[in-house]
Amino acid sequence: MKIDMTVNGDARSADVEARTLLVHYLRDDLGLTGTNVGCDTSSCGACTIHIDGESVKSCTMLAAQARDTEVTTIEGMADASGELHPMQEAFRQCHGLQCGYCTPGMVMAATSLLKENPSPSEAEVREGLEGNLCRCTGYHNIVKAVMTAAGGA
Amino acid sequence: MIPASFDYVEADSADAAIAALAEHGDEAKLLAGGHSLIPLMKFRLAAPSVLVDIGRLSDLSYINDGGDHIAIGALTRHSAIETSDLLTTNAPILAHVAGQVGDPSVRHRGTLGGSLAHGDPASDLPAALLALGGTLVAKGPNGEREIAITDFFTGFLETALAADELLTEIRVPKVPGAGWSYQKFNRRAQDWAIVGAAAVANGSTNVALVNMGPAPMRATAVEQALAGGASSADAAAVAAEGASPPEDLNGDAEYRTHLAQVLVGRALDEALG
Ligand SMILES: Cc1cc2nc3c(=O)[nH]c(=O)nc-3n(C[C@H](O)[C@H](O)[C@H](O)COP(=O)(O)OP(=O)(O)OC[C@H]3O[C@@H](n4cnc5c(N)ncnc54)[C@H](O)[C@@H]3O)c2cc1C
Ligand code: FES
Ligand code: FES
Repeated sequence: MKIDMTVNGDARSADVEARTLLVHYLRDDLGLTGTNVGCDTSSCGACTIHIDGESVKSCTMLAAQARDTEVTTIEGMADASGELHPMQEAFRQCHGLQCGYCTPGMVMAATSLLKENPSPSEAEVREGLEGNLCRCTGYHNIVKAVMTAAGGA
Repeated sequence: MIPASFDYVEADSADAAIAALAEHGDEAKLLAGGHSLIPLMKFRLAAPSVLVDIGRLSDLSYINDGGDHIAIGALTRHSAIETSDLLTTNAPILAHVAGQVGDPSVRHRGTLGGSLAHGDPASDLPAALLALGGTLVAKGPNGEREIAITDFFTGFLETALAADELLTEIRVPKVPGAGWSYQKFNRRAQDWAIVGAAAVANGSTNVALVNMGPAPMRATAVEQALAGGASSADAAAVAAEGASPPEDLNGDAEYRTHLAQVLVGRALDEALG
């Protein structure tokens, strides 16, 4: 079937099988491999992207369901000159990653969280990221990075 | 994991969805937020040959003041319910419980209608609605009908909806001053309830249980005990009466029975206290 959507500001259209998952369309058809697949069962958040500015798990959505929306992936966060998004910069400054596998999803979930709650408490950050698992960091520096990006630490 | 092939049909109105269901019969399934159905399809536990997408029917996504009740469109997302001032004022348990579902990304996609129509005994929103009371509106080829929430859940993943019916609206009573509580017990963040208990005290007290049987259920023994003048502690002791708790890696029936008693006790203390 034919699908049209905007991905990181660019109009994209393709002919895909209806059963194509959004994460596979992004990775395999568009080559946007920053969006990772971790669990493939809606739990880990590695595949988190934005649809119209809201975080969603792209392994749990059909590409067809994203028709006519604005999709943003981690590749769309830095500006055209390559300057990192403040959330990415905060992860870098706070050492909010180790292996980096969860990081794209964490950054996408965290920016969505701050959009809805611009000055969260530390507890609200932890709850807001409950759908994103990290096997390396123990979360401490991730939470610190989000608080830093929010201007609260 | 990739779902089995299917034909995708987008419904641009409730009537178009009903017509598509009528045309394709048992082969077809409605797709709302997809956050129950797509995981099942990826595991190939569900393999509908036609998927009727109602996810973009924005005219079925609303939260309106209906006078003595609040009317919620079936396609309203959990995140909209969680943050609704109208619900926070008039049926706070529903807003609170919507915020307990999964994680924020799940709540951006999942819908109230999908959660109810799926009929999972482990899900949170059915219990909140059972405790609140309320009416569901279903639309089929022969028009609309109302279904009391207490008549809706009929078995494991089974509801009173016919195969060619669409859930369109959920009506909940306004209970601005009522006492309420939702006790969800799980071990890890974002998990489903191992057992949950919802209570709403508005003159009489309604109590509902999560994951204590094949379908979401009211704890009628507790309600009757309270109506007969029992203390909260005595009423909580009969929490599992009439239940048939599932047994799984999270706990056996005895453990769930104990949990139900403890959680109903806490819910009654909070709702009546
Ligand atoms: C990681 C994860 C964690 C979750 N955690 C929880 C949790 O803690 N608690 C909880 O309660 N839920 C949880 N859920 C489930 C979530 O709440 C789902 O969003 C919800 O159960 C289904 O809503 P949906 O809109 O996604 O429905 P869909 O998946 O689109 O549909 C579900 C079923 O309902 C039918 N249906 C949908 N809409 C209608 C309608 N209007 N009329 C008739 N039939 C309809 C569909 O045909 C399908 O059979 C979780 C889901 C995920 C992926
Ligand atoms: S890969 Fe999507 S949630 Fe884990
Ligand atoms: S940094 Fe390795 S999983 Fe999070």
